[in-house]
Amino acid sequence: MEPGLYHLLFISAALFFIGVFGFFTRRNLITMLMSVELVLNSVNLNFIAFNKYLWPNKMDGLFFSIFVIAIAAAEAAVAIAIIINLYRSHQSIDVERTEQLKF
Amino acid sequence: MSGSTIIFYMLAALTLVSGVLAVTTRQIFRAAIFLLFSLIGIAGLYFWMQYDFVAAVQIIVYVGGITVLIIFSIFLTQQAGDLLPKPTIARQIFSALAAFCGFALTMLQLYQHKFIGTSEEPLLPTVSNIGERMLGIEANGFALPFEVVSVLLLAAMIGCIVIALRSKPATT
Amino acid sequence: MKNPYYIIMNDLLHITILQVLPAGKSLGWALLLIPLLPLAGFLLLGIFGRKHIGNASGIIGTTLLLLSTALSLYTAYSYFFDFGKVDGVYQKLVPLKYTWLQFSPGVSIDMGIILDPISVMMLVVVTFISLMVHIYSLGYMKGEERFPTYYAFLGLFTFSMLGLVMSSNIFQLYIFWELVGVSSFLLIGYYYDKPSAVAACKKAFIVTRFADLGFLIGILTLSFYAGTLDFGELIQRLTTTAAPEFQAITAASFMGVSALTWALVLVFIGGAGKSAMFPLHIWLPDAMEGPTPVSALIHAATMVVAGVFLVARLFPVFSMSAAALEVVTYVGITSALFAAVIACTQTDIKRVLAYSTMSQIGFMMFALGVSGNGGEQGLGFTASMFHLFTHAMFKALLFLGAGSVIHFIHSNEMKDMGGLRKYLPITHITFLIACLAISGVPPFAGFFSKEEILLAAYQQNVVIYYIALITSGLTSFYMFRLYFRIFWNRGAIVHGVHHGEGGFVMMMPLVLLAVGAALAGFIHFGNFVSSDGKPLESVFHLQFSIAPVLLGLAGIAAASWLYRKQSNKSESIGKSLNGFYTAAYHKFYIDEFYLFVTKKIIFNLIGRPAAWFDKNVVNGMINLTGDSTLGLSEKIKGFQSGKVQQYGIYFLAGVIGLAVLFIYIWIPL
Repeated sequence: MEPGLYHLLFISAALFFIGVFGFFTRRNLITMLMSVELVLNSVNLNFIAFNKYLWPNKMDGLFFSIFVIAIAAAEAAVAIAIIINLYRSHQSIDVERTEQLKF
Repeated sequence: MSGSTIIFYMLAALTLVSGVLAVTTRQIFRAAIFLLFSLIGIAGLYFWMQYDFVAAVQIIVYVGGITVLIIFSIFLTQQAGDLLPKPTIARQIFSALAAFCGFALTMLQLYQHKFIGTSEEPLLPTVSNIGERMLGIEANGFALPFEVVSVLLLAAMIGCIVIALRSKPATT
Repeated sequence: MKNPYYIIMNDLLHITILQVLPAGKSLGWALLLIPLLPLAGFLLLGIFGRKHIGNASGIIGTTLLLLSTALSLYTAYSYFFDFGKVDGVYQKLVPLKYTWLQFSPGVSIDMGIILDPISVMMLVVVTFISLMVHIYSLGYMKGEERFPTYYAFLGLFTFSMLGLVMSSNIFQLYIFWELVGVSSFLLIGYYYDKPSAVAACKKAFIVTRFADLGFLIGILTLSFYAGTLDFGELIQRLTTTAAPEFQAITAASFMGVSALTWALVLVFIGGAGKSAMFPLHIWLPDAMEGPTPVSALIHAATMVVAGVFLVARLFPVFSMSAAALEVVTYVGITSALFAAVIACTQTDIKRVLAYSTMSQIGFMMFALGVSGNGGEQGLGFTASMFHLFTHAMFKALLFLGAGSVIHFIHSNEMKDMGGLRKYLPITHITFLIACLAISGVPPFAGFFSKEEILLAAYQQNVVIYYIALITSGLTSFYMFRLYFRIFWNRGAIVHGVHHGEGGFVMMMPLVLLAVGAALAGFIHFGNFVSSDGKPLESVFHLQFSIAPVLLGLAGIAAASWLYRKQSNKSESIGKSLNGFYTAAYHKFYIDEFYLFVTKKIIFNLIGRPAAWFDKNVVNGMINLTGDSTLGLSEKIKGFQSGKVQQYGIYFLAGVIGLAVLFIYIWIPL
């Protein structure tokens, strides 16, 4: 069958929820960050797919993707900085250990 | 079954399988590499859709930049050798359940929706078109978001430096 | 009741004021002063007494009461000789009435003042005796630390008693009834460091309160059928046989007894409690723990006659139910005989006087019981009120005299006394006069009043007459037993006594009361107080009075033979009566019986299960709500675990849930 919009949307949704699953399951902050990158990528794919199949006369989807990539890069950098800071103070980046806001 | 279809399915398989492995493997370095493959798969999909510029940007920024950054941080926090702890069964089950329910709901909604696009003349995403649009200031121009993103990148850079700065010991 | 003398003065305030006589308007307000002056004394001395006024509070209290007494005497003079009589019949006048709480168009609690022969007589009695007690206490209670408080309580009591006798509304009477109970409680428990005093005041209050339950139910029943709480209307509606209210109340019956009888018996139960009739008498001997002037005022002359006053006030209604009057009669005569027997064995002089009071009130009660309503039949009513009047005099005198003896000897027991006539001359003479009066020896007051009672009993019910005759004989016996044991018997043993008889302030009331006890009998009481307001001519039967007087003198002689000189005769008689004597000495074990019923039966069978239920079920349910909320919150607390990923799962689950809700189930408008 000719792959069309729905296939791409399927891939995008699947990747999104894989990322969500990873975000909930992983105990390490860096792996959580990786899951977030997967989510962002799925969103990017979604935008490009809609741009190609529904609105080929405009380039809004494309630009959105480019900006998302840029912002994701910035966010990843800040996240790494935070992780390093946390590692310095707690000697561990296990997210299960950071439960000071417990009841 | 044309070649394009086969390639599409292969790329899709690469993306998804790498994604799954990235979130489940217990060795962190391998997770990073699987992420790398997943991102390459996405870039391949962009190439398949003939959006070359975005594919290139994807590879440069994501694969070349962010993945390397992640690998750096793995080494900086000395995580490379040990096995990651396994999450509890309860956590896995509930997360899988939540993710699966969300996925099912999304797909149900997507398949029931009739997407209506436009039938106008397509605009090819060549670099020149992209350049004109991105820096254009008339309607459909993206100059303002471009500038905003650049400010954001500056702020992020300064922020990273500040956060990661080691505080100097007090001099007596 | 349509009295032509009412005029509605001021519609806004619903106050009706007597208007017909020139003294009428001011009399209304002057009447208000009679109870309000002692109340002012209570408030003033109660609030400022201990800190600021100190020892002057006695003078202040006495002065206020002197004014009150003067006003009462003036009122009595005006009422009996000036305006009270219309066409030869003494009227029931209501000079002041204020509608306080309106429950329904017919039923309201008014605050009003009623003037009729018995209430005016009681005004005089209460204020006069209270004044004597106030003056006496200046000397007796001198040096007490809580001297101002004592006078404050006396003022409260006097106010309550005066309010009680002047009440025009049965509920107002109930309010003052309870106030009198409270004042009695406060005064019995005046020496609150003594556990026996505390127990006694609690007992008095609880027993009278328990009796007041009957009183309240009686009030409610009467007012339900009569449709009013006002005395005038109540009496009128329940005594005219044609009235629908009367027919309703006699038609309704419960367990074969008409509602009228039930209501009156219940009201009488309240009166019996307050007047220490058998079997609700148990509080009166214990109430002697209070200071002796208090016993003189409250438990001899005024409060304990409140029950008699209540029956007298409702007498027209009582006379419509023969069964209720029989109950009154038999309770009265039983109490009289019962108390007289016990009084022969007691050794505490105040206890003897307490039982004597109970006996005399029994006389008053059965006199009311055998009385009819109106004309010659109403002799018992007049006799009862006459005896109330004279009894107040000589009983107060007896108690104040006993107080003087106790003040001198510092002991209540007969064994510490004897031969005191040399040391306490004035007390001796006045005490003797009082004893002669109570024994019915002519020409003292008690002779006339007791003789009228016996005459009324003889005319109506001969059995009662004979029992009363025996009781009077016993009365004179135990009173003279008391007299001889205190003042004769043996040489006086007084040690550690450094003062004389007692000053002028203590002797003057004794003398004044003795004059009253001696001369009050010569008042022709029937002219003033009778069951229907018309003057009652009672003929003095000389031959009738021979039997009681002889019996009285015989009692005196017996007491003199046994007790005038020290001897063992009394003990040998006591031993020969053995079991009976012991039972009488222990007051026929009534107290023990009550304690048994209360502790073993009521506490165990009702109190304990009720307490268990309250603690476990009621409390348990409340605790359960608390505990379950706590448990629930413990579970919910777990949601805030501090783990970001869990929060993420909940968030996603919530979003999916809401999405499903909005897409498939319900679309918000």
